[in-house]
Amino acid sequence: MSADHSGAQATVAARVRHLEGLLEQRGLIDPAELDRALAAFLAKASPANGARLVARAWLDDGFRARLLADANAALPDLGLSMGGGPQEQRLKVVENTEDYHNVIVCTLCSCYPIALLGPSPTWYKSEAYRSRVVRDPRAVLAEFGYQLDPSVHINVWDASAESRYMVLPRRPAGTDELDETSLAALVTRNGLIGVAPV
Amino acid sequence: MADAFRVGDRVRTSQIDPAHHTRLPDYARGAIGTVIESQGSYPRPDDLARRLPAEPEPVYAVRFRAAELFGDGEHTITVDLWQSYLRRAQEEAG
Repeated sequence: MSADHSGAQATVAARVRHLEGLLEQRGLIDPAELDRALAAFLAKASPANGARLVARAWLDDGFRARLLADANAALPDLGLSMGGGPQEQRLKVVENTEDYHNVIVCTLCSCYPIALLGPSPTWYKSEAYRSRVVRDPRAVLAEFGYQLDPSVHINVWDASAESRYMVLPRRPAGTDELDETSLAALVTRNGLIGVAPV
Repeated sequence: MADAFRVGDRVRTSQIDPAHHTRLPDYARGAIGTVIESQGSYPRPDDLARRLPAEPEPVYAVRFRAAELFGDGEHTITVDLWQSYLRRAQEEAG
């Protein structure tokens, strides 16, 4: 029953609302406290975090190596963590090269590192993206306006279990003079998912 | 639960479509892939969803060729899978 999700998200949302109402009625949770916890998490969750990681990795080979080997251990260098939820989640950073391109999807739902990429875009959660990107990633990238050279191999990462993925895009040409802040400003959420060059 | 597979092992995914929740995507059923990473152990969602005891079980990143899954395509797809979704590929062949 792994693919039975049409309409399931709406059902889950209705259940969560109902459950939340019951918990409030019985005085088990304070709705304001729930809102505060969500707001605190989302206030820090932004693609600017992922962009800072990328800029640092472009400038510091040692950091890049650590980020790719064990991302959770490298995150504290920039004051970041994957611990915003109930438990720390494992992060895997995958590197684009001249001949290898990575794209992220969660075909079963919409798993995604919110802390580093901000709330996920609607298209990321759509049935169309989730089903088509595994089948024909090159065509999907083209629809995003990203014409990847035919010689570049594509690997699609389906975040179907407990790890979350972020793409480390290639550093654009002609950016040798830029400092870390300016480099981070070049990085987009789509680049961190792998549907844009950067 | 101990790791049954190592990086480089060829594995085949389960062909069973269970009546309960699972995290083995339909498109990756009954397919042969290669273990590329061991990701640690986590309770199996199949058990959690049914409120069964769920001991941590190893999870692996398994890489498949698109042609193996869909019949064509030059790309690869890497899927994160619990150990009990997998068996050694050559055992089945033999």
